[in-house]
Amino acid sequence: MKISQLIKIALSSVWNNKMRSFLTMLGIIIGISSVTILVGMGEGTQKQISDQIENLGTNLITVSITGNRTTTITDEDLNELKAKPGIKEIAPEISTGNVNIKSKSKSSTTTLEASTPEYAEIRKLAVQSGRFIKRMDVDNRFNVLVIGPETAQNIFGNTNVVGNTMYVNGIEFTVVGVLKSEGTSTTGSSDDRIIIPLSTGERLMKTAKAQTFYVEAESKDKVDEAMSYLELFLNKKFKIRNSGSDSTVTNSYYRVMSQTSILDTANSTTKSMTSMLAGIAAISLIVGGIGIMNIMLVSVAERTREIGIRKAIGAKKRNILMQFLIESAGISGFGGIMGVLLGYIGAYFGEHVFGTAIIIPSNIVIEAFVFSMVVGIIFGIYPANKASNLNPIDALRFE
Amino acid sequence: MTEDRSGREIIKMNGIEKVYKTGEVSFKALSSVDLIIQKGEYVAIIGPSGAGKSTLMNIIGCLDKPTKGEYILDGMDTNCSDNLLAEIRNKKIGFIFQNYNLLPKSNILENVELPLLYLGYTQKRARKRAEHAIEKVGLKSHIKHRPCELSGGQMQRVAIARALVTGPQIILADEPTGALDSKAGEEVLEMLSDLNNEGNTIIMITHDSKIASRAKRMITIMDGMIKSDLSNGVKS
Ligand SMILES: Nc1ncnc2c1ncn2[C@@H]1O[C@H](COP(=O)(O)OP(=O)(O)O)[C@@H](O)[C@H]1O
Ligand SMILES: [Mg+2]
Repeated sequence: MKISQLIKIALSSVWNNKMRSFLTMLGIIIGISSVTILVGMGEGTQKQISDQIENLGTNLITVSITGNRTTTITDEDLNELKAKPGIKEIAPEISTGNVNIKSKSKSSTTTLEASTPEYAEIRKLAVQSGRFIKRMDVDNRFNVLVIGPETAQNIFGNTNVVGNTMYVNGIEFTVVGVLKSEGTSTTGSSDDRIIIPLSTGERLMKTAKAQTFYVEAESKDKVDEAMSYLELFLNKKFKIRNSGSDSTVTNSYYRVMSQTSILDTANSTTKSMTSMLAGIAAISLIVGGIGIMNIMLVSVAERTREIGIRKAIGAKKRNILMQFLIESAGISGFGGIMGVLLGYIGAYFGEHVFGTAIIIPSNIVIEAFVFSMVVGIIFGIYPANKASNLNPIDALRFE
Repeated sequence: MTEDRSGREIIKMNGIEKVYKTGEVSFKALSSVDLIIQKGEYVAIIGPSGAGKSTLMNIIGCLDKPTKGEYILDGMDTNCSDNLLAEIRNKKIGFIFQNYNLLPKSNILENVELPLLYLGYTQKRARKRAEHAIEKVGLKSHIKHRPCELSGGQMQRVAIARALVTGPQIILADEPTGALDSKAGEEVLEMLSDLNNEGNTIIMITHDSKIASRAKRMITIMDGMIKSDLSNGVKS
């Protein structure tokens, strides 16, 4: 018998039992749609995170001094490093997550960063009004600050605050600039912050020297070169021998990280989270498969007579086997397609009603179809085999 | 498997025995049946209920296997693989059952073309040939109907069309008129006679001696054994 005819016979049987076929599909539909949505959520989150990280600049390298606080990086060191090939700018940073701020009427807490003028370029910061920290602010240890738009809103009630006075941990500062809004991210709002001159920060927080340095490479391609110079310099400085890895150098004295390595870490984290969630959802596919097997067994028992008739007029074992296999694969394959459709609908609602970022990869349509067909075939083998092995005369006599 | 067409012996049974086992109990439904049927014969197998007629018929039709004995069909030993038996049922045998055994969810055309599809015909060729067979049994106008929309007599004619469609060597009819009224039964019997006149080998089972008298040869079975074998009223 030709395969096209077997498919026709099998599918007409699916069609003749629409309600039952649909109920059988339900398990697969739910399984595939939840896998689709979860994978989509994973992709969406990953895209969001990598967009944010890339927004910070792919040329960015972060150096953290982790140990040996007696050795500090001096201004001369910075000048020497800045002259190295591949390195464009360096900005030291002191930061703290929690300072008290106060205007005449309101008070709040926020994040504080203390740095140099280069910080604006390296961290891609821009002001909407006023100016950023200048060299003279650092040199003269002026009590000036640049404020995030959200912070300004929090304590002044508006963002038109250049020239206003406010208090940081009780010390009076003048607002010289307001940052442009960057929007909220998963890592928290980057609009709620204040930035002060490095020297002012050293005094305010009673820290000897900056422990974190933001380095901008000349281009994305120069990141590795810049990193190896940084590494070489720091090894000499800390008197250690080290053969570091490509994108991340870690030891007990310092850590050099490129944006790419941060991106990789973030990506692998979301990826493993996504596959774990999808794996859990995939269990429902197995349950769906068992459902198919269950119904197919009932169907074989119900249609024993039909099988007997087919065998009496010349159907071979493999004809019957294929008929039932195609039937279960058809049910599950169709369920898979409906599942993907439901997934798309769910993703639409997720995005527009709940604002979750969901990106459904286009190849998932094919994958879901193939995977659900495979589930159908695997769980259809036992019932189909049972049907094909029926003895013709016993099947015919069956009432 | 040697072809032996010299004697035109289409069926040759030698010491056929069939034992049914139901749990501990075993029942001998056929014992030492020897039977030769020539090509073109019209044979009635008659006997009381439970005599073993259907059992013999199922073995002749390769739906069941004998427990013991040798059965040569059209020169081929039937002690072979299930696949080959399916092919024999498909090409060499046409079944007509008392309860029609049509597929209820398929229409007349689909029912009749199915044996051809199992034979490997393309849809187009199968359709043409099936239409021809349906025309022959006078149901051309009902081609798209489902079996449940037909009368018993019409259903049995569909079954005849299906039995004929592959051009089999033997037509096996197990009480073909058992569920029909006398008029419809007469139609079916006439059709079988016509088919025999066209050269088809027909084996019909019945428990009614009046119906059996339509055949040219009458074999009586009792308690699983052949009691008599008469050709045109003469012992053969
Ligand atoms: N599948 C079976 N299992 C057990 N006994 C059977 C089976 N089929 C038939 N028999 C027994 O074999 C005997 C012959 O049955 P059957 O050939 O159907 O008789 P007939 O067709 O002549 O009425 C009966 O006694 C019946 O009970
Ligand atoms: Mg019987």
